[in-house]
Amino acid sequence: MLVDLLPLGVTRYLVGGLLIGAGVSLLFVATGRIGGASSVFTTSCSFVSDRPYFQQERFVRSRGWRLIYAIGMVLGALVVGLFVSGLDSTTIPWWQLLLGGVIAGFGARLGGGCTSGHGICGMASLRPASFVAVGIFLTVAIATAHVVAILRGGA
Amino acid sequence: MIRDLPWVLVSGMLFGAGLAVSGMIRPEVVLSFLTLQDLGLLFVLGGAVVVTFVTYRVAPKVLGRPPAGESFAEHPAKLGRDTVIGAALFGIGWGLSGVCPAPAFAGLGTGNWMLLLSIAGMAIGAWVHGLLQSKGGSR
Repeated sequence: MLVDLLPLGVTRYLVGGLLIGAGVSLLFVATGRIGGASSVFTTSCSFVSDRPYFQQERFVRSRGWRLIYAIGMVLGALVVGLFVSGLDSTTIPWWQLLLGGVIAGFGARLGGGCTSGHGICGMASLRPASFVAVGIFLTVAIATAHVVAILRGGA
Repeated sequence: MIRDLPWVLVSGMLFGAGLAVSGMIRPEVVLSFLTLQDLGLLFVLGGAVVVTFVTYRVAPKVLGRPPAGESFAEHPAKLGRDTVIGAALFGIGWGLSGVCPAPAFAGLGTGNWMLLLSIAGMAIGAWVHGLLQSKGGSR
């Protein structure tokens, strides 16, 4: 039963998770910062919009490092991609990527975090709000993915 | 604060490398988790949370202050109505596409250009959120 639920084993998942934890940890140890990923979308808006929400000091102050952090994610995966193949494509329909992005982007900013901000940093900080957020978005995402799979006639 | 940026870059690289190694940069892997066909992503989350938990506890006690920063930040999460609604919406978007913010960036590093659609979508979502917040008075 357990093997059925883990058809590809555990190793690569665990190693990946430990590396992610090392990245979030290094950011904290070196700079004292909490490294969620979704904030960069809001802070980067402050480069191009003078709306008061985007021009809040907390967003303007953190927009530089958050962008560098995101660029680092691109480069880190690029390095792994030099050694591992099959990571360069997806068969998910374009409209699902775009629409899913819009809804997830809005939701992450309204809810104060995403899989990394609430899931990793928030739970590691034992924040009740983050445990609630993770419980909700995991449940809703599992339900949504099942509905989509049924509608597409697969899985 | 230029001296902190190399640390930020390397932190992001470790994060992105972990996402690539785990396979989580592929939406198909995320969706196979969300449809409960492969629960491996629990080990990604678990591994990352345990390491981060220990770091968040230990670093402030050992170091006092970060070598390339002013102070150790506290996670700002506050539970409210927006947390619940936002998380539910995030779940819909994540479940529809299999893409969340960090893997969207990391996936570009392996040449999965389709993820630019996800990033564009997330930027639009964050933009609309900010506009609505500006209208309703900034928080």
